[in-house]
Amino acid sequence: MATVEIRNVRKSYGPVEAIKGIDIAIQDGEFLVLLGPSGCGKSTLLRMVAGLEGITGGQIAIGGRVVNDLDPKDRDIAMVFQNYALYPHMTVFDNMAYGLKIRGIPKAEIRARVDKAANILELGRFLDRRPSQLSGGQRQRVAMGRAIVREPAAFLFDEPLSNLDAKLRTQMRVEIKRLQDRLGITSLYVTHDQVEAMTLADRILVMNHGVAEQIGTPLEVYQRPASLFVAGFIGSPPMNVLDGRIDDHGEVVLVPGGQRLPLPQPRPTDAGRPIKLGIRPEHLAVAAEGFSIEVELVEALGADTVVYGRLPDSETLLVRMAGIPTVRERDRLTVTPQDGALHLFDAVTGRRVE
Amino acid sequence: MKPTRFIDLVPHIVLIVGVLIFAYPIYVTLIGSTWDSGTIGRGGLPLWPGGQGMVNYAQAWAGEAGERALYTPVRTMMLNSLVMALSIAVGKIAISILSAYAVAFFRFPLRMAFFWLIFITLMLPVEVRIIPTYKVVADLGLINTYAGLAIPLIASATATLLFRQFFLTIPDELLEAAKIDGAGPVRFFIDVVLPLSRTNIAALFVILFIYGWNQYLWPLLVTSSGDMETIVTGITKMIGTGESANDWHIIMATTVLAMLPPVAVVVLMQRWFVKGLVDSEK
Ligand SMILES: Nc1ncnc2c1ncn2[C@@H]1O[C@H](COP(=O)(O)OP(=O)(O)OP(=O)(O)O)[C@@H](O)[C@H]1O
Ligand SMILES: [Mg+2]
Repeated sequence: MATVEIRNVRKSYGPVEAIKGIDIAIQDGEFLVLLGPSGCGKSTLLRMVAGLEGITGGQIAIGGRVVNDLDPKDRDIAMVFQNYALYPHMTVFDNMAYGLKIRGIPKAEIRARVDKAANILELGRFLDRRPSQLSGGQRQRVAMGRAIVREPAAFLFDEPLSNLDAKLRTQMRVEIKRLQDRLGITSLYVTHDQVEAMTLADRILVMNHGVAEQIGTPLEVYQRPASLFVAGFIGSPPMNVLDGRIDDHGEVVLVPGGQRLPLPQPRPTDAGRPIKLGIRPEHLAVAAEGFSIEVELVEALGADTVVYGRLPDSETLLVRMAGIPTVRERDRLTVTPQDGALHLFDAVTGRRVE
Repeated sequence: MKPTRFIDLVPHIVLIVGVLIFAYPIYVTLIGSTWDSGTIGRGGLPLWPGGQGMVNYAQAWAGEAGERALYTPVRTMMLNSLVMALSIAVGKIAISILSAYAVAFFRFPLRMAFFWLIFITLMLPVEVRIIPTYKVVADLGLINTYAGLAIPLIASATATLLFRQFFLTIPDELLEAAKIDGAGPVRFFIDVVLPLSRTNIAALFVILFIYGWNQYLWPLLVTSSGDMETIVTGITKMIGTGESANDWHIIMATTVLAMLPPVAVVVLMQRWFVKGLVDSEK
């Protein structure tokens, strides 16, 4: 068990900079999720922590010890790969025991540790099987078992659930959560699935093009996205973003189409500033006045309904309502944001304006 | 369903005819090895077994003088061929798998240059480089030795390409998982790469054993004494220039014996093959 510190870490592949300076201190026992779109550098960062990828700049410390120049085996970490990476010719038992054998741990203790892990993961019946005789979910559990028996300072997961079907993924997600609560081992978990991120993380690091857009608890990231990118990435359906302008008194936001939305508190210094206005679909509700939209499409999801509306200036506005649909296509609807539901972002940089 | 029946029938007929054509000479050899030289010599070999089998085989095996000439006993030639074929098969596999491991898993300067160098040996089979090779072997004093028989044939990594292609299908994550588990290159090779290559090794062993067993030109050049004779060259030496001088019954018995080891290897290894195919582990 240990802290993991990433200090201004960079990675270049030739002239291409994949990681452009990331800083984060992960506490002992914390579950950090690296979240971001494909190609943003999540795996690269994780693999640098693992020692599978060289570090171009900065420092990584595990348990207070700088590991930049250490081999993976000396870093006291265990990794779970997306495609499991089990040894195909070894039994489940041998797969889990292999790392311990190499480290010269006595047979009896290996047996005990593997049995314990197999117990936790309900793999007891499969110990004599080969990976090819297991289902995807069982293989993934073996991969986790291999990590657990090592009793490492930190777990590294690289999209461990993305090869599983939706139902199994949910189930395994819960299992990982339970495991983490039980073992309390510092974990770094890479995913591009926001549901995994929201449910598993103590903190999320949202990455984009090799930089950390935001680091925060799942609720912070959802409630106060630090940039348009984070706002668009977290939340489903994604946040509505409209072009707007703060009026000359700094009291309301003017939206094309003539809407005037009062700001929570006046901002005289920002008077006249062009702005991007973000409103989550779930924070719009039918009201007497507000945005008037024409319903284009209704998606009934069962528990709630997503309405695709068109504003007079032909921009799309998504509204998420609880329950089954009460409107139909071509209906006219007036919706207004709830109190405190406005997110303001700089029109140029996309950073959040507080 | 008549047309399907018919379509099923045609390949079977073709196969059966093919088998008959291939099997006939072998059958004749088998039958020939059971008759006395007089019967064969008269040119009217019957198509059923004769009664001389035991005598012929015993004579060929022990190498007692035939009616017209003295031969190296089959047991000596078989041993020589066996040593040569096994050394070639094992040696080539060892060299190829190691060089393929280096080329596929390690980054080092001139990696591709080395790969191509190895690859070029494919273009230089023994027959092409036979004179310089003979000179080298003679200078090293390896004429009439097992080393002289086998080493020049081992010294080409023809199977490297095959192993490399196979190694490239081993996912990187497996190597990375092993690194994290603490396995160095040697351990990874022994614990993971070798076991995964089992079926490839078995297939190559069959091919290379037969390749080694059937070598003709090189053993002919590099051996001169009777007790280093290999069985393939031995058989051809038994056949004299004039037809009448040949002990056909012994030649046929020798030929049958010469077929046995390759057949045994194929049959034995085939079981490995199938096993490897059935519990496909990837
Ligand atoms: N060996 C390499 N050589 C050059 N560029 C690389 C290499 N590995 C990764 N990259 C680049 O680095 C960037 C980050 O890659 P990375 O694999 O970390 O993305 P990721 O966030 O894990 O994406 P995904 O969700 O698809 O796995 C990508 O733009 C990729 O093209
Ligand atoms: Mg990745």
